Amino acid sequence: MRYSDIQTTRREFFNTTASGMGLAGLGSMLSDDGLLSVQNAQAAETQDPLAARDPHFNPKAKACIFIFMAGAPSHVDLFDPKPKLNELHGKPLPDSLLKNVRFAFLKKETATLMGSNRTFRPHGQSGTEFSDLLPNVGALADDLCVIRSLHSSQFNHHPGQLLMQCGAPRFGLPTLGSWLTYGLGSETRNLPGYVVLTAGRGSSGGATLWQSGFLPSLYAGVLFRNQGEPVLNLKNPAGLPPELQRRGLDVLQNVNRSRFQEIRDPEISSRIASYELAFRMQSAAPELTDLSGETRQTLNMYGIDRPEPEVGDSIGASAAGGTYKSFASNCLLARRMVERGVRFVNIVHASWDHHENLDRQISYNAKMVDQPIAALIQDLKQRGLLDQTMVVWGAEFGRTPLGQNDRADITGRDHHPYAFSMFLSGGGIRGGQAYGESDEVGWGIVKNPVHANDLHATMLHCFGLDHLRLTHRFQGRDFRLTDVGGKVIKELLA
Amino acid sequence: MPRFHQSQCPLPATSWLLASTLPFLLIFTGAAIAQSESNPIVFKTDIRPLLETYCFKCHGAGKREGGLRLDHRTSALDGGDSGVILQAGKSSESALMNRLRSADDDLKMPPPGDDNKPLSNAQIALIATWIDQGAAWPLDPADAKLSSDHWAFQSLRDTDVPVVQNAPAVRNEIDSFVLARLEQAEIAPSPRADRFTLIKRLYYDLLGLTPSIEEVDAFVHDNSPQAYDRLIDRLLKSPHFGERWGRHWLDKARYADSDGYEGDRPRPNAWRYRDWVIKAINTDLPFDAFTRQQLAGDLLPEATHDQRLATAFHRQTLTNREGGTDQEQFRNEALFDRVATTGAVWLGLTIGCAQCHSHKYDPISQREYYQFFAFYNNGDETNTAVPTSDKAMTQYQTQMSAWNARTEQLNAELANALNIIEPHAAAWEADLRKRSEASPPEFHTLDFSELTAESSAAFQRLDDGSYLVTGNRPEKDKYSLTVKLDIAQVTGIRIETIPDSSLPGGGAGHADNGNFVLSDLRVYYGGLENPDIEHDRVTIARGRADFSQENYAVVQAFDSDTSSTGWAVAPQMSEPHEAIFTFDTPLERTDDAWCRIVLAQDYGALHTLGRLRISAVTGIDPRDELSPAAWEAFEIARNQRSEAQHNALLTAFAHTQPETRETLKAIAVHQKEEPQVPMMDVRVISQRTTNPRTTHILSRGDFLQPLEAVEPASFQVLHSLKPRSTGRPDRLDLANWLVDSSNPLTPRVAVNHVWSYLFGQGLVTTMNDFGLRGDAPTHPELLDWLANQYRGPLGWSRKALIKRIVSSGTYQQASWHRPELADTDPDNSLLYRQNRFRVEAEIIRDLCLSASGLLARKIGGPSVFPPMPPDVAALSYANNFKWNTSEGSDQYRRGLYTFFKRTAPHPNLTAFDCPDSNTSCVERRYSNTPLQALTTLNNQVFVEAGQALAQRALTDSAKSDEGRIASVFRRCVARPPDSDELAAFTDLLQESRKWYGEHPEEATLLAGKVPKGQPTPETAAWVTVCRIILNMDEFIVRE
Repeated sequence: MRYSDIQTTRREFFNTTASGMGLAGLGSMLSDDGLLSVQNAQAAETQDPLAARDPHFNPKAKACIFIFMAGAPSHVDLFDPKPKLNELHGKPLPDSLLKNVRFAFLKKETATLMGSNRTFRPHGQSGTEFSDLLPNVGALADDLCVIRSLHSSQFNHHPGQLLMQCGAPRFGLPTLGSWLTYGLGSETRNLPGYVVLTAGRGSSGGATLWQSGFLPSLYAGVLFRNQGEPVLNLKNPAGLPPELQRRGLDVLQNVNRSRFQEIRDPEISSRIASYELAFRMQSAAPELTDLSGETRQTLNMYGIDRPEPEVGDSIGASAAGGTYKSFASNCLLARRMVERGVRFVNIVHASWDHHENLDRQISYNAKMVDQPIAALIQDLKQRGLLDQTMVVWGAEFGRTPLGQNDRADITGRDHHPYAFSMFLSGGGIRGGQAYGESDEVGWGIVKNPVHANDLHATMLHCFGLDHLRLTHRFQGRDFRLTDVGGKVIKELLA
Repeated sequence: MPRFHQSQCPLPATSWLLASTLPFLLIFTGAAIAQSESNPIVFKTDIRPLLETYCFKCHGAGKREGGLRLDHRTSALDGGDSGVILQAGKSSESALMNRLRSADDDLKMPPPGDDNKPLSNAQIALIATWIDQGAAWPLDPADAKLSSDHWAFQSLRDTDVPVVQNAPAVRNEIDSFVLARLEQAEIAPSPRADRFTLIKRLYYDLLGLTPSIEEVDAFVHDNSPQAYDRLIDRLLKSPHFGERWGRHWLDKARYADSDGYEGDRPRPNAWRYRDWVIKAINTDLPFDAFTRQQLAGDLLPEATHDQRLATAFHRQTLTNREGGTDQEQFRNEALFDRVATTGAVWLGLTIGCAQCHSHKYDPISQREYYQFFAFYNNGDETNTAVPTSDKAMTQYQTQMSAWNARTEQLNAELANALNIIEPHAAAWEADLRKRSEASPPEFHTLDFSELTAESSAAFQRLDDGSYLVTGNRPEKDKYSLTVKLDIAQVTGIRIETIPDSSLPGGGAGHADNGNFVLSDLRVYYGGLENPDIEHDRVTIARGRADFSQENYAVVQAFDSDTSSTGWAVAPQMSEPHEAIFTFDTPLERTDDAWCRIVLAQDYGALHTLGRLRISAVTGIDPRDELSPAAWEAFEIARNQRSEAQHNALLTAFAHTQPETRETLKAIAVHQKEEPQVPMMDVRVISQRTTNPRTTHILSRGDFLQPLEAVEPASFQVLHSLKPRSTGRPDRLDLANWLVDSSNPLTPRVAVNHVWSYLFGQGLVTTMNDFGLRGDAPTHPELLDWLANQYRGPLGWSRKALIKRIVSSGTYQQASWHRPELADTDPDNSLLYRQNRFRVEAEIIRDLCLSASGLLARKIGGPSVFPPMPPDVAALSYANNFKWNTSEGSDQYRRGLYTFFKRTAPHPNLTAFDCPDSNTSCVERRYSNTPLQALTTLNNQVFVEAGQALAQRALTDSAKSDEGRIASVFRRCVARPPDSDELAAFTDLLQESRKWYGEHPEEATLLAGKVPKGQPTPETAAWVTVCRIILNMDEFIVRE
């Protein structure tokens, strides 16, 4: 696609917005830097596809932190208490429910229900129940909206993860964060608008979980790294001091600018702007990831330096250890990013595929995430950021109420897309409620089913975007995040 | 707003304890049955008006909600996303009636509210009766064919080349078409670009490399009118042309070096198809043959290796090896991809849209989709062996004939020698018989004084003198057993493996099935102090075992190959076995002689020995001095031996004789040197010959919901398919159909692709959509003219087509923007100038490497691993992939050779919009991001390019700073710098020089490898300049 096409698409997009375009971005920024004449700045301004823009209608949320628990945690052990499941432990499911159902590993002919060893109790005024594995998150019940009625069409990880990130289980589609930055632009001049943080081992989807699909790579997530420089190629070559980098850039920008004056290709102005942003990012990104300015109290609240339990065979851990610290740091970094105007932070943590040793594995991982996530929500709240920041916790599916029986000891659960749970907080979401219901054993949905398309439609709504109008034409079709479905669930809105 | 359809929720919303729900499916009224059959209902007058009033609004030509159209017979009978809606004769089983009668507001049709009038009960009953009477829906003439007057589906027009006023501006016909439009719009074309720009443009477009200063000068100063033509011809002949244009094709082929999905395992042989593409393009394989070979090479008569290899085009689909996947599901996913890719690449159509329902915009029904799908459904995913390369095959043939000649020579030498020794054979044989009778073999069980294992295994001696190895089962192990040997004339050792009930599977090994692999046996004999030195190593001449597993012969335990292969015993794990190893020469008894026996077991997967007994052998067993064949002959009376048996024994004798020994050794060495056939397995498609599959329409594209069966067929809206025979049409028929002279789409789409690579955008700007939603061509007559040329006079020659286009004045125009036209034609759709566009990810790398002289120009071969931070590969699932960075010149290969792992591609590629290769890409995107700036400023390969350029500057024949800067500048962008540019870079050089003069340590860091005698600070100063030149917009932009 040529750049001008992107511009055309942008124009289409703005023509459909009620409020027209808000162009704070690049042009003025370049003028600030004295890099462009006013006239050139205007030319460049129309070119900046990342300039912050007004949405379709008044938004509640401005930023999103999506905490993606790849591998898929068990809903019946964390969010969806099922006393009946415990009662029926060891009993089979009726055939009628198993007909037409497929599993990854489980042998359904002989499978039996497996009760949960967790204890649940109500929290807060709302009385939403959480499992004993999430004491800190549970304590925030009144700020949380738990959805217990999600369902998916996919029971393998990678397709399921694509569905949750892109709205359909296919390759080549933009992810949620891409759509948000495409629709709203970026609020930061020094950092990428869409950032990805990972801890522990890689996820099934790898880089496809933050791809921009058919949108330009400008809208792809930028991975912040846990080791070395926070962003690839951020550091100057060894031996090159900042002053010579700046000096070299000045020469480069001059040469490019005179080329622009000769040739009048606005792409040259965009390139000049990209280099300036790159230069600013060289100092802004290390500043962002430097936690030394945070108080000890804050660091403790997130549990950055908590003792890490024995790694053992815990599947969430990286072999080198330190995953507890990485995950907690990622939560704190997410807050710092939101403070600095990052639109979308995707925290990917792939450790929840508990086919065996469920109790040990889920304890290890829940303990890893409970305190930092609770800290993040509290921290955002006390800084007055929660109202405009949506925190979402979820995964590609849930896990079977049946025990996984293709192995000697039945100690884990298989993939289960027919009912699972997530939670949301802040950013225009009404806390203190549990929405939707699964049946008495957490198998199917009995009330208010929610598809990823519905979830995405609702999320976009909070950002002031109509999911039917946020489209991009590709291969003759107007694609949207919500594929061919999606409805805004009013009950979730504050 | 789509309502919540039941089918969207994978399980019925139900309380599972409710044993029986009363689904809406069973509710029906009997009212309709009252209608008598003698009163037949007429579709046209009774039913169609109802459908028109109540249904067409959402299920007509426009909206097609749920993929359903009721205004068109074929589409209506095909049904919608949820499948067929009419069961003729059975209204109660027809989905249509269920929806009309539903009590559930979410299911009821028409949907209550929204100003929809409900159907009356009588009307519903009428429809039910119509269905019960057989749902007769007469053919409407308009229904006979899905037809269309859309431009792209019409035949190519024979367009006349227009006459234009500005005749001097016409270099070839292309210009006439373009100028005609420009003259209409009263716009003058841009002037021809200067020569520097022209040569840079051609190099970028045709090779993706920078021209050298000498090449630029030669062209700029060539006053011949043929200069430009000659340049084109030279570049089209360059082998780098195949790399440049091969990469374009690999985008469409969604080429990658890994499986995709969670496991994303490497495909170590994928590159062989890339080599095929490069060669096909370099040899200018005509596009019709190019098409046939890739889609159906296996079906061509007497298909060659290359033609079979070509079918790897459709093996670039993803493979999901995630645990617990349904392979049939992902077989279908791959087929969907093949159909969609074929549609996008050859037809420019989004036929994938018809997978779940008839196409919403284009005249392609869901039935037709599956008819198309059926062509691919019997192409199986298989492997085939092909030469690793043509060059390797030629080399092999040369080597092989030399080797054969040498074999003959050695055999002749041996025959001569055998003739000489033959008279003495009988005496030797008698002597061997006598010796063995005088001293028959004896076995002395060894009681080792020291037993160690590399693992923590312990050795327990049992009553029978054997050892049981206990402890944690390691993957691999090495036992070292030492004994003082007080036996005279030890001729070898015997290893007995003894099954034990305490071992896995009741075998003698530790593997789960009771097996073991003895990969390497070494025997040392000498002083105890240091018996492991090679000096004390005893040569094992021969070995034999009572039983050996296939491909795990006992000889592998003592041959020179120390790899993990060795002696194993499957499937006879539960039997005792023995292997006897005979030494080259018997061990002489000495006073203080120690023997150490080392048993390496490197196979892995727990294949170690669990119980064994080792004995020293004395005496003579003729078997230990003879090959198995010679032993067989030895047992037979001389006069009863066959010639082969005679020769076997004679050869055994020859091994003992100095006259022949050397020749035999030479033969043994020679045999090991037999050239290996350079063949490798590649993934291809092969036609299924047994149990051909029947293709079904799949409801909503779900392979678990097959509907009726269909046969392979093409699309009605296009020309008809002409099968080669009367049987079921196959993929070759499909390929022929695609390049058939009546196909209006393939030549248009192919020409448009080539055009887009040379102009940055196609004549049809929606590259992947020639359908109703796509844009009309900016120059329809030109498109058809070029398409006709390509298919006709140019004979589908890609090179000829490219030459035609780049020879045009239109192509040679300057690319400078013309602000005065910014409002009239902002996108330059009239082509009043060339376009400027950034080059692709791989080419950015290639330009840097070629300008700096670092480029390794090897064409083809396995993918390479240029440096990449380790944590990038770690991001893929379970960190299952190691990026073993290439060494030497392989670090500097062109970008298209970089190993492409789908879930963790190289960040230098993704930063510049490289396609993800999960789906076919006919058009790349071009974004402009700070991450790109960071990459070209700071990434290792770009810094190295800066360092290499600095070296070139410092050894340049020009001695002044300005002269050298100009050289570097010209290496990068072909043209010389202007005075401002020169001044700016000179200033930068001087400042850097000053700074590095004061900071020698930093200079060392930045300068890279500096030749002896060259001052480091000076080098570093040049690096700062060179890397900025490499970052110029002009450098990475095709102007």
